[in-house]
Amino acid sequence: MQANYQTLPQTGELAQVRNKVLKNTYALLAMTLLFSALTAGISIVMNPPHFTGLVTSILALLLLWFVLPRTANSAMGLAVVFGVTGLLGFGLGPLLNAYLNTANGSQIIMTALGGTGIIFLALSAYALMTKRDFSFMGGMLMVGMIVVVIAAIANIFLAMPALSLTISSVVILLMSGFILYDTGRIVNGGETNYILATVSLYLSIYNIFVSLLQLLGIFGGSDD
Amino acid sequence: MEMSLWMKIAWALALGAMLVFLLPRARHMLKNSPKAGTGDWQAVLIPLVLVILFVLLLIMAV
Repeated sequence: MQANYQTLPQTGELAQVRNKVLKNTYALLAMTLLFSALTAGISIVMNPPHFTGLVTSILALLLLWFVLPRTANSAMGLAVVFGVTGLLGFGLGPLLNAYLNTANGSQIIMTALGGTGIIFLALSAYALMTKRDFSFMGGMLMVGMIVVVIAAIANIFLAMPALSLTISSVVILLMSGFILYDTGRIVNGGETNYILATVSLYLSIYNIFVSLLQLLGIFGGSDD
Repeated sequence: MEMSLWMKIAWALALGAMLVFLLPRARHMLKNSPKAGTGDWQAVLIPLVLVILFVLLLIMAV
């Protein structure tokens, strides 16, 4: 009997913790996406040079690798998350300006934005409703990421449109897998830090948006 | 949007550094990820196929 009394509150507590992580993650994700859109808007107006995307990406990666792991359990982690998402948003400015200068550029951007939102909401809803544990995909997703990064390095110098198309398509699938994996981890108690959960989901959304933009750009007539 | 050579090298270095960070994590996840159970892969493939179809729809719409 005693074991039962101990088990029930623990289960309830666990569910409470999971719900709290989920709620905090989505609240922070919404705020970071809005902040990212704001910095992207500022970047579009300022029209910085093309290398801005490279500089902001490197700075964001440095924050992700060296600062976030040390601050994820403190309030400072929130500032780091806004720093990362703000930088990545600002770095999108030159790319978005390149699309806006094409005939149907604004339509491509809006389609990519809407498409990303629908993919994220649908996959999140699926993971939340099924409550399935997708952690078995972890290894495969990471190997997929490594293959994509190697292919991306090669394509920087090869500049093959077919490879670029393949990389964008595979990134969309991999990031979709990561959304299922990360949401499944939150739902099943594998991730209890909402700052880290937010960053993971944000990066998936960001990569889906950029890859979708490239795919739609290629098929929609833009060369960028 | 043609990149200059130094920008190509900088991007390659940034992605190369990303590999250095990803490799040990991938190794750890490959070792420690649980095995897929019955119906697990099916539960992943169905939404992914729907994502592919949705992206194709978007491409046709543009």
